[in-house]
Amino acid sequence: MTDQPPRTQPRLSATFTNDVNSEIRRAAATGIYDIRGGGAKRRVPHFDDLLFLGASISRYPLEGYRERCDTAVTLGTRFAKKPIRLDIPITIAGMSFGALSGQAKEALGRGATMAGTSTTTGDGGMTEEERGHSKLLVYQYLPSRYGMNPDDLRRADAIEIVVGQGAKPGGGGMLLGQKITERVAGMRDLPVGIDQRSACRHPDWTGPDDLEIKILELREITGWEKPIYVKVGGARPYYDTALSVKAGADVIVLDGMQGGTAATQDVFIENVGLPTLACIRPAVQALQDLGMHRKVQLVVSGGIRSGADVAKALALGADAVSIGTAALVALGDNDPRWEAEYNALGSTAGAYDDWHEGRDPAGITTQDPALASRLDPVEAARRLRNYLAVMTLECQTIARACGKSHVHNLEPEDLCALTIEAAAMAGVPLAGTDWIPGRGGY
Amino acid sequence: MQTIDMATTDLRSLNAMLQGQPQDTNETAWEVLNPRGAHALAVGLDAPIAVTVRGSTGYYCAGMNKQASVTVTGSAGPGVAENMMSGTVVIDGDASQYAGATGHGGLLVVKGNASSRCGISMKGIDIVVHGNVGHMSAFMAQKGNLVVLGDAGDALGDSLYEARLFVRGSVKSLGADCVEKEMRPEHLTLLAELLDRAGADARPEEFRRYGSARQLYHFKVDNASAY
Amino acid sequence: MCGIVGLFLKTETLRPRLGGLLTDMLITMTDRGPDSAGIAVYGAPQDHKLTVQSDTPDTVFPALEHWLQEQDATITLRRLDTHAVVSLPAERAGAIRAALAGDFPGLRVMGSGKAMEIFKEVGLPRDVADRFGLREMAGSHGIGHTRMATESAVTTDGAHPFSTGPDQCLVHNGSLSNHNGLRRTLAREGITVSSQNDSEVAAAYLTWKMREGANLGQALEAGLSDLDGFYTFVVGTETGFGVLRDPVACKPAVLAETEDYVAFGSEYRALVDLPGIDTARVWEPEPATVYFWER
Repeated sequence: MTDQPPRTQPRLSATFTNDVNSEIRRAAATGIYDIRGGGAKRRVPHFDDLLFLGASISRYPLEGYRERCDTAVTLGTRFAKKPIRLDIPITIAGMSFGALSGQAKEALGRGATMAGTSTTTGDGGMTEEERGHSKLLVYQYLPSRYGMNPDDLRRADAIEIVVGQGAKPGGGGMLLGQKITERVAGMRDLPVGIDQRSACRHPDWTGPDDLEIKILELREITGWEKPIYVKVGGARPYYDTALSVKAGADVIVLDGMQGGTAATQDVFIENVGLPTLACIRPAVQALQDLGMHRKVQLVVSGGIRSGADVAKALALGADAVSIGTAALVALGDNDPRWEAEYNALGSTAGAYDDWHEGRDPAGITTQDPALASRLDPVEAARRLRNYLAVMTLECQTIARACGKSHVHNLEPEDLCALTIEAAAMAGVPLAGTDWIPGRGGY
Repeated sequence: MQTIDMATTDLRSLNAMLQGQPQDTNETAWEVLNPRGAHALAVGLDAPIAVTVRGSTGYYCAGMNKQASVTVTGSAGPGVAENMMSGTVVIDGDASQYAGATGHGGLLVVKGNASSRCGISMKGIDIVVHGNVGHMSAFMAQKGNLVVLGDAGDALGDSLYEARLFVRGSVKSLGADCVEKEMRPEHLTLLAELLDRAGADARPEEFRRYGSARQLYHFKVDNASAY
Repeated sequence: MCGIVGLFLKTETLRPRLGGLLTDMLITMTDRGPDSAGIAVYGAPQDHKLTVQSDTPDTVFPALEHWLQEQDATITLRRLDTHAVVSLPAERAGAIRAALAGDFPGLRVMGSGKAMEIFKEVGLPRDVADRFGLREMAGSHGIGHTRMATESAVTTDGAHPFSTGPDQCLVHNGSLSNHNGLRRTLAREGITVSSQNDSEVAAAYLTWKMREGANLGQALEAGLSDLDGFYTFVVGTETGFGVLRDPVACKPAVLAETEDYVAFGSEYRALVDLPGIDTARVWEPEPATVYFWER
């Protein structure tokens, strides 16, 4: 019998993880960057790192279910003749027909309408499904201008000029051809089945001085009735907010890096942008510096999942939030009931993000008629309505606990942070201290 | 003929008046005086009326036009006839950058030169430029026809989709995926008709045709640098 | 992000009207830049001029005038609101500027040279022009700017034009993307950029190139490879006037030329009241092309 010398266990690298190595092999085999849907998957400081300071003796709470706690928010009070009134401070973010099936767009419209809020078109134009089923519809004005026309502009309840999105601030992108079906191609004036390249800048303006003139044109075309939103990806929120105000926006939509997209480079999603948590205070500061906080409304998006997230975003100064990924999950995206099919696609429920390929087993991010028919728009809308109702109740629960009769009366001072990072990013004290890193108090 | 003087009328009143014309209006001829480079003049029109702007305009003149015929006797600023749906827009002088950007239909005629990005992302509009066009013209152009009687600047037709480009003069350079194509009889017929509608004194045989090589339609690793 | 105007007179006839013409052009560009406004005017050449600014002019300028007189009785000070133009012998300029920095720490030197005077403040262009009596100024050429601040503060320091060398000024519409690195390079070359503004870095860059022997045209040419981002620049020297757009050329620019002048506007609107504009040659400068006029 020979004594084997003891051996060390195989050790995986923390730098070259299995994830990293699999991506290197994929890149080496294909020569193209990885394109996927969704938002940043890496861990970044988020609302989970904040807690509310409920009322007790120094502050008095409101009675749950009895004493009123309002949730309504009006967007577009600055210049628009017809501002939008939402019953709840949660809206549905822009997602295109093309990225999503007609059934999914219909479900979003129905669900949002039942909940008393708005939904938003996306890159590719306005469909009858969503216009017909959405009481309040925000029409996105994007660099591509696919399907853009003055009739739909006038049929919209608000116009959202999209400068960027949190998943890819500064980026255009490429949507692979699988989803450019006949109907999608027709709406976008593209050949069927080709890879759609999209521009990163608007074709007819660049910068805030030009944007001011573009907003003037859109207002003139729509008789100064519609609220004009400007949507930016979270990167330089102070300046972008200030410049949007100077250019004449009614509403600013600020999308943090966890915000999703239909399809873009993974390297972009994971490495460009600012966490949603870090976006809000600089944007609010810009509004306050210009005397425009609550006059120009701020809608925050990117990783909002619960009423607690809503309450935290509002406490940091937002007027409303919008949800995209969470709304898709409520409709049925990444549901474990399709696990076998996710496995067949090389994924698993909860991780499926190849939305651009159009093979979504849940029938949401697809143009395949057979898959799309799996989603019953009426039933999916009910799920979305329920989810929005729960988020609203949760947000009210927290607001009442902090003694607020309107969710907008939540303040940064109602919060503390669990980590130094979150304290610094959100500008609230580390729990149990009066220390806000970078702002003194220690 | 209705005359509106911008020296005494504000922009909102002008546009509201023009936008308010019904399909069967009797007031079909309009004249706008003293535009002095103002922005967003005669935007969002949707009736078969003829509007003559006497002078030069700023950004986005005749933006999103439907049905109307708009003539500018001077020069037009950036984004003239942007996203036009139908109708006709004629610029007697020069047009600045982004002329006819994202236009879905109708005819834009520039009697002078057009600057950079003429016909960017065009989606069905016809554009006839009597003079030259600047760099990046017809960038990502999807549908429609761009006719240039003079010369074209750098990177003509970069990332082109299915729009057709006809140039009589020289082309400084072609953009990614844009190539010269054979002028077939149907193109000569089409071009003759466009030249006629645009009041352009040129023969179709003098033009060369450019279009998409369609190499970027499906990602190939060898073309990666062109994306 | 801004509006630019410029006027370079080729003949003597319009010189008395320079300020008036520029004022109207500047006010037309208010929408493009409501935050601050500024102007550089090239007036009658003198031995040496220094334009200074103070946030407390009522107390500082009388003291300054007294102090200057003590240094040299021939020195004069002409006050215009928060600014003052000091006329002094060129050979004493260096020593006086150095001494000023010690004795008047709050005083800002906006520019210097034989001909150039430079005025800029926070506020609407109309108000800024009124405060300095711009309309009454005469001269051979001038450049004006209305600012919509992008990433640096809305302050006097952040306003354009920027002057980083004698009789040199620059205004900018756009946004540079490599100005921080360039700022460090210039610092190593001994050129200080006093504000956080990206445009001042461009001005300092041109000054550096000209210090190394380039003329304005050559300096602008070099800028095409060294300055990254979006820009339309208009620059002035004692006898010259230049325009440069980046290779992408997104920011608007219109030039007009007659027998009497060359005029620049971010928009055509700015040019509509110039004499003879209806028959002027009006065109848009090409990307990455240096336009340069010299007397």
